[in-house]
Amino acid sequence: MIEFQHISKAFEGKTVLDGVSGKFDQGKVNLVIGASGAGKSVLIKCIVGLIHPEQGRVTFDGRDFMNGASDLKVSVRREIGMLFQGGALFDSKNVEENVRFPLDMLTDMPQNAKLERVNFCLQRVGLSNTNQKMPSELSGGMKKRVGIARAIVNNSKYLFCDEPNSGLDPKTGLLIDELIQEITYEYNLTTTVVTHDMNSVVSMGDYILFIDQGKQVWEGTSDDVFKVDVKSLQDFLFAGGLMRRIKAQT
Amino acid sequence: MKGIGRYFIFLHSMFVNRENFKTYVGQTLNECIAIGVNSVFIVVIVSLFIGAVMSIQVYYNLQSPFPSDFLVGYSVRNMSILEMSPTMMALIFAGKVGSNIAGQLGSMRISEQIDALEVMGINTTSYLVLPKILAAFITYPLLVIISAFLAIYSGLIVAELVVSVAPEDYIYGLRFKFNPYLVRFALYKSLFFAFLISSISAYRGFYISGGAMAVGKASTRAVTDSCIAILLADYILTQLLLHPYVNI
Repeated sequence: MIEFQHISKAFEGKTVLDGVSGKFDQGKVNLVIGASGAGKSVLIKCIVGLIHPEQGRVTFDGRDFMNGASDLKVSVRREIGMLFQGGALFDSKNVEENVRFPLDMLTDMPQNAKLERVNFCLQRVGLSNTNQKMPSELSGGMKKRVGIARAIVNNSKYLFCDEPNSGLDPKTGLLIDELIQEITYEYNLTTTVVTHDMNSVVSMGDYILFIDQGKQVWEGTSDDVFKVDVKSLQDFLFAGGLMRRIKAQT
Repeated sequence: MKGIGRYFIFLHSMFVNRENFKTYVGQTLNECIAIGVNSVFIVVIVSLFIGAVMSIQVYYNLQSPFPSDFLVGYSVRNMSILEMSPTMMALIFAGKVGSNIAGQLGSMRISEQIDALEVMGINTTSYLVLPKILAAFITYPLLVIISAFLAIYSGLIVAELVVSVAPEDYIYGLRFKFNPYLVRFALYKSLFFAFLISSISAYRGFYISGGAMAVGKASTRAVTDSCIAILLADYILTQLLLHPYVNI
């Protein structure tokens, strides 16, 4: 479980996050939703320690990540897998080397065990027999899948996904969402997904945190999200033409 | 001042929470190829032409009724070892390798590859930058030795073929009042320059923010800052290490 309290961050005097708090449970897909520039990505970057917030506290299963010793931070980080918006694959390494990288750096596994684990993870994300391909030879969806394989290869306990279906067609986006959901339940991960994609909101929000202009506005589940009478949330959910049409018909 | 402070913190961060030794060996060997081996071609070309030009210019500048042909070899030797090979090569090295380092790290930063490493708990400065600095330390002095040898050798060929200096005179000049400390001094300088080029360029590339434009700017800043640092260090090192000890 990940708990974060009163996270605040400003860039050059402009407040991007203003005292955001929440709790991401294990075995659930936790969504952070909001419009572009709302502060979603900054929030998860604060949680994983890529950005240092001005104030706040983050704990991973009770371990104080923000104020802990550097050894503690390193050990927590080694339990984190993260999927970045563009995949963030190392472009000088092929698919196999990318997925194997956390094992090479963080474990003493023998080479054949590493290869077995890499092949298992690639098979799990539906990318068997792509080991020798370079990232430049992959489509956007394949890059995301390789990113997911790399994120779970080291048996991570916490999975963070920053806009996993951005830049993908709706069908591929849904497949990525399903994959994240399946992996979360299968390995009992604490998964956090930053998104503004309505398909993700509808299909996989075990817990949803809605942020607007750096402020935490609403939290709940995907079952409740369309029933809530919060104007900024309604504006966000029904911004698209399709969603407006569905709303008008119901 | 803030930038200088940040630069020293950046250098210090390479030695905190280091990765295992084996990782650095592999990375450093790869960087030796990228930084050193891939620079041999430009070093050879530049050195051959510099030696040739120095030889001709020194000959015409020393025209006198007194026998002075041996001074061509003497001057080419001193200029090559003391200044042309370590310093001028450093400026070229900064242009080629410095911009490459800044561009590479800058691209990794904007494509979130550095963030991906940090999330894994890897010390990114140590993993990405330290091998580059070590590789520059290893390869740049070797490039300087190659450069000085080629400059002196091309000077010999041009002296004989173009300005008719006898090879025996040129070689006599090379040996005339030779002080081995000059070579040591050139190697000390090359180590300083290797460190400055690799660390400044890495610093510029590592901390960029923005998009592709920022990568280009970082590469330009890396080369400019490295060149200024090289010239400043050259002056200081010459004052400290050469001036008091050598009477050329």
